[in-house]
Amino acid sequence: MPRPVTREDVQRLVADGAQLLEVLPQAEYEEEHLPGAINIPLKELNRETALQLKRDRPVIVYCHDYQ
Amino acid sequence: MSPRAASRLEAIGFMQVYDYEHGKRDWGSFGLPREGTLAESPSAGDAARRGVPTCRLSDDLSAVREHVRASGWETCIVVTDGRVVLGRLGRRALAADDSRSVEDAMSEGPSTVRPSLPLDKLIERIKRRNLSSFVVTTPDGRLVGLALLTEAEQLVAEQAST
Repeated sequence: MPRPVTREDVQRLVADGAQLLEVLPQAEYEEEHLPGAINIPLKELNRETALQLKRDRPVIVYCHDYQ
Repeated sequence: MSPRAASRLEAIGFMQVYDYEHGKRDWGSFGLPREGTLAESPSAGDAARRGVPTCRLSDDLSAVREHVRASGWETCIVVTDGRVVLGRLGRRALAADDSRSVEDAMSEGPSTVRPSLPLDKLIERIKRRNLSSFVVTTPDGRLVGLALLTEAEQLVAEQAST
């Protein structure tokens, strides 16, 4: 089960090599995203698009807020 | 949305998946770095002067006044040890009688904005309230700084000219 993390956890995990994944639509990602985040909109998230992510590194998923 | 995406990733086979539930609204509210077209626009956090004088409730008002005058400011933000904003001493309060306490002299619970608020919206809010500045805090109430109307307008003008 995915583990919820705080802002401080995100900073620590990213410093340790975690990947950031924004799942909002591309237009919202292009306007603003966390540094280094990649974008795979939720509707496009599948085995093929997920190949952009490295399986041996943690992935932090986020969107705008609680949605 | 992010819980569904995180679960989807796990179903695909990713073993170390975390869900930052508060998302980029939370991130931006704390003035942390962002990328993207909007991230280049100045925000309240950019205009917030970090050096605004601060004091504690228990401080001596006359000492606070001296400190504030020496620093060239006409206001002082009253904060806790953890920099949570409790009140504000304005020009009048700083000229108050020495026998008063900081607590008695301050305006309680000043209105605040988050660092991620776009500067044009900040300027609009300051003008609507007929103020010359606004306290900028993180969502948990910790002081970031004081955004002055004149400086906010200058930042917007500079951005427009680039």
